[in-house]
Amino acid sequence: MTRTGRLRERLRWSKLYSFSCIRPSVLLDNEAPHSLQGPGYSRVVYCNQPRVHRQKPFKYPTNYISTTKYNAITFLPKAIFEQFRRVANLYFLLAAILSLTPVTPFYAMSMIAPLAFVVGLSMAKEALEDWRRFMQDMEVNFRKVSIHKGEGRFGYKHWQKIRVGDVVKVDKDQFFPADLLLLSSSYEDGICYVETMNLDGETNLKVKRSLEVTLPLDDDEAFNDFRAVIRCEDPNPSLYTFVGNFEYERQVYPLDPSQILLRDSKLRNTRYVYGVVIFTGHDSKIMQNATKSPSKRSRIEKKMDKIIYILFTLLVLISLVSSIGFAAKTKFGMPKWWYLQPQNTTDLYDPSRPMLSGIFHLVTALILYGYLIPISLYVSIEVVKVLQAMFINQDLHMYDEETGIPAQARTSNLNEELGQVDTILSDKTGTLTCNQMDFLKCSIAGISYGLGSSEVEMAAAKQMASEASIAPEQHSSGQDFWEDNRGGFGTSEIELESRINCAIKKPRKPRIRDFNFEDDRLMLGNWTKEPTAGTILLFFRILTLCHTAIPEPNMETGGFTYEAESPDEGAFLVAAREFGFEFCKRTQSSVFVRERDSSSENAIEREFKILNLLEFNSKRKRMSVIVQDESGQINLLCKGADSIVFERLSKHGRMYENDTSKHLNEYGEAGLRTLALAYRVLEESEYSAWNAEFIKVKTTMGPDREAQLERVADMIERDLILVGATAVEDKLQKGVPECIDKLAQAGLKIWVLTGDKMETAINVGFACSLLRQGMKQICISTINCDLVTQDAKKAAKENIFMQITKSAQMIKLEKDRHAAFALIIDGKTLSYALEDDLKNQFLSLAVDCASVICCRVSPKQKALVTRLVKEGTGKTTLAIGDGANDVGMIQEADIGVGISGLEGMQAVMASDFSIAQFRFLERLLVVHGHWCYKRIAQMICYFFYKNIAFGLTLFYFETYTGFSGQSVYDDWYMLLFNVILTSLPVISLGVFEQDVSSEVCLQFPALYQQGPKNLFFDWYRILGWMGNGLYSSLIIFFLNVNIFYDQAFHAGGQTADMAVVGTAMFTCIIWTVNMQIALTMSHFTWIQHLFVWGSIATWYAFLVVYGKSSPLISGNAYQILLEALGPAPVYWVATLIVTASCSIPYLAHISYQRALNPLDHHVIQEIKYYKKDLEDQQMWKRERSKARQETKIGFTARVDAKIRQLKGKLQKKSSTLSIQMVS
Amino acid sequence: MIITSFALVGLVFVPIGLASLSASEQVVEIVDRYDIDCIPEQFQNERLAYIQNSETNKTCTRNLIVPRKMNSPVYVYYQLDNFYQNHRRYVKSRSDKQLRSKAYEQVTDNCKPEDKANGLAIVPCGLIAWSLFNDTYKFSLDSKVLEVNKKNIAWKSDQDHKFGSDVYPKNFQSGALIGGAKLNASIPLSEQEDLIVWMRTAALPTFRKLYGKIEVDLELNDKITVVIQNNYNTYGFGGKKKLVLSTTTWIGGKNDFLGVAYLTVGGMCLFLAICFVLLYVFKPRTLGDPSYLSWNRNAAGHPS
Repeated sequence: MTRTGRLRERLRWSKLYSFSCIRPSVLLDNEAPHSLQGPGYSRVVYCNQPRVHRQKPFKYPTNYISTTKYNAITFLPKAIFEQFRRVANLYFLLAAILSLTPVTPFYAMSMIAPLAFVVGLSMAKEALEDWRRFMQDMEVNFRKVSIHKGEGRFGYKHWQKIRVGDVVKVDKDQFFPADLLLLSSSYEDGICYVETMNLDGETNLKVKRSLEVTLPLDDDEAFNDFRAVIRCEDPNPSLYTFVGNFEYERQVYPLDPSQILLRDSKLRNTRYVYGVVIFTGHDSKIMQNATKSPSKRSRIEKKMDKIIYILFTLLVLISLVSSIGFAAKTKFGMPKWWYLQPQNTTDLYDPSRPMLSGIFHLVTALILYGYLIPISLYVSIEVVKVLQAMFINQDLHMYDEETGIPAQARTSNLNEELGQVDTILSDKTGTLTCNQMDFLKCSIAGISYGLGSSEVEMAAAKQMASEASIAPEQHSSGQDFWEDNRGGFGTSEIELESRINCAIKKPRKPRIRDFNFEDDRLMLGNWTKEPTAGTILLFFRILTLCHTAIPEPNMETGGFTYEAESPDEGAFLVAAREFGFEFCKRTQSSVFVRERDSSSENAIEREFKILNLLEFNSKRKRMSVIVQDESGQINLLCKGADSIVFERLSKHGRMYENDTSKHLNEYGEAGLRTLALAYRVLEESEYSAWNAEFIKVKTTMGPDREAQLERVADMIERDLILVGATAVEDKLQKGVPECIDKLAQAGLKIWVLTGDKMETAINVGFACSLLRQGMKQICISTINCDLVTQDAKKAAKENIFMQITKSAQMIKLEKDRHAAFALIIDGKTLSYALEDDLKNQFLSLAVDCASVICCRVSPKQKALVTRLVKEGTGKTTLAIGDGANDVGMIQEADIGVGISGLEGMQAVMASDFSIAQFRFLERLLVVHGHWCYKRIAQMICYFFYKNIAFGLTLFYFETYTGFSGQSVYDDWYMLLFNVILTSLPVISLGVFEQDVSSEVCLQFPALYQQGPKNLFFDWYRILGWMGNGLYSSLIIFFLNVNIFYDQAFHAGGQTADMAVVGTAMFTCIIWTVNMQIALTMSHFTWIQHLFVWGSIATWYAFLVVYGKSSPLISGNAYQILLEALGPAPVYWVATLIVTASCSIPYLAHISYQRALNPLDHHVIQEIKYYKKDLEDQQMWKRERSKARQETKIGFTARVDAKIRQLKGKLQKKSSTLSIQMVS
Repeated sequence: MIITSFALVGLVFVPIGLASLSASEQVVEIVDRYDIDCIPEQFQNERLAYIQNSETNKTCTRNLIVPRKMNSPVYVYYQLDNFYQNHRRYVKSRSDKQLRSKAYEQVTDNCKPEDKANGLAIVPCGLIAWSLFNDTYKFSLDSKVLEVNKKNIAWKSDQDHKFGSDVYPKNFQSGALIGGAKLNASIPLSEQEDLIVWMRTAALPTFRKLYGKIEVDLELNDKITVVIQNNYNTYGFGGKKKLVLSTTTWIGGKNDFLGVAYLTVGGMCLFLAICFVLLYVFKPRTLGDPSYLSWNRNAAGHPS
């Protein structure tokens, strides 16, 4: 780095900052070194001596991290164990083992082969998924960091090679590779800025400072013979605590969290830091926080398990029936059946011991009827889900062109759950907003500037315009009235439209980041011509001076970029630069500003002395600087939350208060972040008197120092004069409001959980139309008491309880159908509300509200809220977030969605689905979720149908064989049934089925409700399918048995033997189940045709091939099709009638349902099929707008409310008019 | 659309039903149960003893009247009842390997308990072969012998590929228990068509098996005399024995069920078609009528 850069950075922030950076110069009594004894404080770190940590007892884990489930050795046992945890698989394993004994009704191969196939496939999938996780870990493990290699030399090493005790140097914008103790930074006083977005989601930078004693270690060479010992706590997951001692040069210094740099946070605004590694890899706080990602199962799958249990019961039942039947037959019938030689039997058929034989037979029967349990169900579902996931991954509509990141289904077993989501819990920063601020509007001296409209406004206006054009039809009730007033509304419509048009048509200037201001009155120096130029000048001065940013020369543009603590400040500085006030240099005591005069092009560089800086914190909600300009005048410049600033105005400083607060309201409604700006002129004497006191307080030490400082600061920040207000757009991500609108129309509830302040959260709420003017906001907060006594807690709780019940009553008493409530609650209150005795009231209140915003919530609380919603309502929840602070919530929710944005990977790693932007959520849910839900639901139903239809025929046949356990089908047929003959069509159903096209899904978000209402997997439907299976099995069996009874079936006089009957029956089954699936499908491509008809063809082909094989393999099925069945017309005729009679009831049922009770997608299918939408576009458009759910959030609701409001006004007007007429 | 498809199915099925019924009608079938009548009066109370006694005369003469003209070939069947040829123990008790080739003569593992006699492998082994049906029929018309052709009563493929021409019966029915028929040890299995037919186990406990073919036409009211050697023991398990003479058509033997089933299903389809027509007339719903969309119905209680 150049020398100048180094100089610039030799700022001593501690001299400037009033609160956070001041370090007591003497140790206080209570800050004596911690006495670290006992369990939990065993860690010893020998700094700069990583070798010590290679052997016990100081051997700690390396920095290698692994999040995989298996490794090469454990994979086989563990994965197999996982597989056989499924009851069905365990059953099949048992059956396969038993098939090796003489009890079996089948050859062992026919039991083992499908099982091996199914389990093998599932395991292959597991392995693949784990491999992906492994690759992701590797990516992290192979990041590089500069590490001290001895003798004062630093070199790069992989993260995974880092050991405890290593000294590392982290450069700007790099992640910390492990938990570090900060030794020194590029700033002289050992300060560095850290972004902890990945840890807690907070976007403002945090200041960390090193110990005074390690400050000299700010050079590579200095580490040559650096030795120190750290004794500290053991690894633990608490992010905000740290207890330890630093032993250096025979002195012991206590350590606290402000010296600790946590893994996965990022160094900002600081060129480099040196640190020593304390916790590595899985010991680091972030990894300790990582809970094992729970394996999630979808609702459908859980229900499927229940069905499997039902089938198991059925299986046991019919096995019992058949073994009792067998015992009876063996006892009473068999002694007479001489042809079985009953006198020479084994235990299996012993007429003298029918009980024993019966028990043996029970086992046989359990295996025989195993076809009731669809062995291939799990594996088919898995295959389908993987393919569905591939569709999601490859969906170009969810591909972010800017970043090149596609959507990714990281676990494929939740696809169908996407179609059943009821509540979305969303993070704010990085998810809804892009954490980028645009300076958009301002109000100076009571005049509002800035023509640009926020994205929300534009979209709302657009929506309003299009809504208005169809409104007449929609509100047909007030038709006449509407017509009369059409003109009035029409103009506003035109106005809106022209506004949009101008916004769109305006030639786009090269856009400057963070700046979106358009108003010629202020731009290009024109402000000097305004009548209030003096105030405007002050306004700009406040923008340029009242901040803590550092300018950084940008080599490419020749200008400056600003490193600011919060993005707002950056936006202000950029704005000021554009207005001609360029902040160009900061020294220890001064700020240099280049002011461009309107008259002359050349800029004048002015110096402002910064006398004091009273910085921002969440309690003060304001920041002030005291500056002395070149003429020696001292000013206090202040910016802060409007409520705070307004109450500090002097009497004569309230000139613009009314106008400004009106503007502030407007801005707030438009979803903008606002700050009020004010100043105060200080007399020299006044200042010095204050400053003396301030310095006194600053240097005193004591427990109430903070409070004292605040009090003193408060003294000077009074009698302010209001200058104006700023409005910054917390830039929403692309398409967020539209997406929220659509999701709301689809009937989803959206909760916002954010770590940000309440004001910010509310602003974003407005920006996303989750809140709107006229919505009743229920703010639940705690009475502010810092006491932690039991009583205070109790009182706070009671207070909250009162608030909750009151609000609940208010909602109950509300008459207006359109009234909407919004619940806003902060983290502290939430901690009470989430306690057991309050949480149910809280939940029921929250459910009644149209939108819920929780602010200042910790990651833990996010997870708790998610759990509350999930368990309290019993509905499916989806959590979406981008930062590490969202991990808990993502893991807790039924579905976790990670935004694979710019920051970190924790959220994505923990998530089930990752998308690049929030707006893709719409497509993910409304299209893919909807499809996947229907596909899987139908697929599972069909599976049960198919296996019941097949399995029961085996049972019926038993009654004809004296329950002996003989199957009428050849073993090979049965083997192929599940694996080949009927698997592909159902997979194609699961992968390709769509009831309506994706465009229609998006146009009619209401269709999504079919999922959360679970229309396609309720018991009615499941039992219906099972009934259908039962019916089919009866028809197939009894028709065939009667057709192939005792007479000749062949013109050659031959009678039907078992092979003939079995084959004919099996043919009927193949036809029936494939016809059924063809009837079920509503979307055919050549693939479905190929699979369905191909399966039938395969069956015949198999029969031919099997018949051609050696009779030793095929047995009685030898040449069966070509010689016996093929030439017999009865066979073909029987197939036809059985297939037809099996399909008729289903066909009749669906046509009856369609005729009388069509579901939404049926009607839409028909409209599409007859191309009615093209003929009657009016109707199509009308239906589309009607299909929107009655929502209380989103634009549409906002627009509706506006229209209602307008109508109400007009109505009032007309009624007063009519009254006047009468009178 | 659904109406037309139902109507279409109905319209197709009814003719098929009629066709099969008429085909079934054309079949002439004579069924004669003889198991009880063929036991002499004095043995009626101890039928089992009679049949098991090798000394008794088992010959029995039956007269059959031809009800309609029977065109050649007339198939001769024996029908057994309550005989569980499909019992698992029975079905499994055979050795396809042994039947097929001389080389596998010793492979009798599956044939228990009828695998070995006096320590030597039985060919053909197993319960199925052991219990081979052994009643015989001799037909004569007006004291003229009616030849029964016992060739080509089994499936050709069975004869050619499943029963070896080099496999000769050995040690058959030589054990302590004598089951059914004995086999001529000088004729290879591939020529023993009775055995081949028998080895095709039936699916149901009531079954017919082809005995032979009479290759002359039988005229109306022809009186056929059958001399039965009533050897086979069905008395032990209370089974019936029947002699069946039948002609065939394209649907095989007499099978009214198929035709009736077709007519029923076809009739039902037509009925459904009419129902849907009525439904359509009384409660019409234009396809793609948007008023049926759920939001329209929920909103204003649209007349459905």
